[in-house]
Amino acid sequence: MSNVRVLVGTRKGAFVLTSDGKRKKWNVSGPHFAGWVIYHLKGSPADPNRLYASQTSDWFGQIIQRSDDGGKTWEAPGGEKMPAPGSMPAGASNKFVFDTSAETGKPLTSHQFYDGTQHPWEFKRVWHLEPSLTDPDTVYAGVEDAALFRSTDGARTWQELAGLRGHGTGPRWQPGAGGMCLHTILLDPSNPGRILIAISAAGAFRSDDAGKTWKPINRGLRSEYIPDPTAEVGHCVHRIAMHRSRPGVVFMQKHWDVMRSDDAGESWREVSGNLPTDFGFPIEVHAHEPDTIYVVPIKSDSEHYPPDGKLRVYRSRTGGNEWEALTKGLPQHDCYVNVLRDAMAVDSLDSCGVYFGTSGGQVYASADAGDTWAPIVRDLPGVLSVEVQTLP
Amino acid sequence: MIRIVLPAHLRTLAHVSGDVELEVEPPATQRSVLDALEARYPMLCGTIRDHVTLQRRPYLRFFACEEDLSHEPPDAPLPDAVASGAEPFFIIGAIAGG
Repeated sequence: MSNVRVLVGTRKGAFVLTSDGKRKKWNVSGPHFAGWVIYHLKGSPADPNRLYASQTSDWFGQIIQRSDDGGKTWEAPGGEKMPAPGSMPAGASNKFVFDTSAETGKPLTSHQFYDGTQHPWEFKRVWHLEPSLTDPDTVYAGVEDAALFRSTDGARTWQELAGLRGHGTGPRWQPGAGGMCLHTILLDPSNPGRILIAISAAGAFRSDDAGKTWKPINRGLRSEYIPDPTAEVGHCVHRIAMHRSRPGVVFMQKHWDVMRSDDAGESWREVSGNLPTDFGFPIEVHAHEPDTIYVVPIKSDSEHYPPDGKLRVYRSRTGGNEWEALTKGLPQHDCYVNVLRDAMAVDSLDSCGVYFGTSGGQVYASADAGDTWAPIVRDLPGVLSVEVQTLP
Repeated sequence: MIRIVLPAHLRTLAHVSGDVELEVEPPATQRSVLDALEARYPMLCGTIRDHVTLQRRPYLRFFACEEDLSHEPPDAPLPDAVASGAEPFFIIGAIAGG
C-alpha cells in the first residue's frame, strides 16, 4: 500500500506528517528548524527522499536545508563544518546574488516601489523551491525581490536565470502587500524547456528555452486596482496550477478573479462563475481529473478570512465557472483563518487526497477528493505551505 | 584563542554547544574573527553579515567587555581581553517580545 508524506512549512518550523494510503492515522514529526520561518519545503519527484527547505529569519537571513532521508535529518548543503581552521572552500548554499553581468542581458537594478518610485532590487528570502522533475540535484528557487534562481548541485550554489528580470518589463514590477515575490514555478512535464512562473505583483511569465528568455503571459487579465487594468504587467497573480497530463491548460487565482488559459498562458478568460467571492490565494488541480480544480474563497483583500465565518473549499468539475462548496468536516461558523497561496496540495492516490493548511495552524485532509474533511493537526504555528508526496 | 558566544539559533545551525573557540592571527579584529568563524562553520555565511557587502545584519549586534562594538570599524583591533581569550566576543540578536 502506498504512503503519504505531507510537508508543512510554518511560521515557527517545519513539520512532516505521514500516513498510509488510508489517510486516517497520522504521525507528526517536528518541529524541524524550531523557531525559524519555513516558507516552503518540497520533495524531488526524481528521488522522493531528497527534500529541500527554505528556512528564513529576520535576524539571520536565508538558509537552504536539504534532506536525503525524507526529512529525518537535514543539512545546509555547502555548509559542512570544516575539519580545521582555514580549510576551504567556504560554503555558499545561502548565497543568492542577483546577476547584473553584461553577458546575461541588460543589468537590472531597480523596480517600481509602493510609492511609484524606482527602488533597488534587494534579496530578502526564498518563497518557493521547485525541484526538477528528473534530476534530484537540480532545483529552482523563487525569491523576493522577484527573481528566479537555479541550482544544479543540490543547492550548494545558486545562479540567477537573469533573462526573467532582464527581458524588459522589470522596472514596472511592484511589490504586493506581502512583498515582491516570485512564488509559483511550474515545470512542464511534456516540454523540458517550458517554465511558467508567477510574481506578485507583476503577473505570469513563460520561458520556452529552459529559463534563458522570458515573456509576460497576462493577456486577458483585468485588474481594476492598477492604472491600466489590462496592462501587460502589474497584475497581482496569487498562484497558477496545471495538470501534468495537460500542461497547456493553466488555472490562476488572481488577487481577484479565477482565470483559465487553454494555450499555456497566451490568453486568459475568467472562470469565477458562481463563487461567493473570487478573491483567494491557492488553486490546485485534482491528480487524475484535469478539469477538477479547487480554490478557497476569501472575503476580500483587506479582510483575508472566509465569507460568513465558514471555511469552504470550492470545487469545480468543469474546469471553472460551475463551483460547489465542500464543507463536510470544515468549521462552518466563527472561522476567520486564511489559507495562503502555497498551502494547498493533492496526493496521487486512486482516490485523490486534498490537503490545505491555515493561518490558524490547522492542516485539513480529505481522502475523497474534497467530499469530506478532517484535521490532521489543529494547533501548529500559522501554516505557510503544504506539499504532498505519494510514496510507494 | 578567541572565544565567541553565538545566538542560540546559530549554535543550532553550526551544530555547536557553548562558546566557539578559534585561533585568529593577531591583530584580532571584527573582520578577522568573522572570517575565521565563517571558514570554520560555512553554514554561518550570510547569517551574521551580508554575503556580498559584508555589512552586519540589522538585527544583530557585537558586544565585548561590556561595550557595544557594533559600530566600530571592522578592521579596528578588538580589546586585548578579547584577543587573549579572557573575555568572549558576543554576537547578540535583537530581543523580540513584549
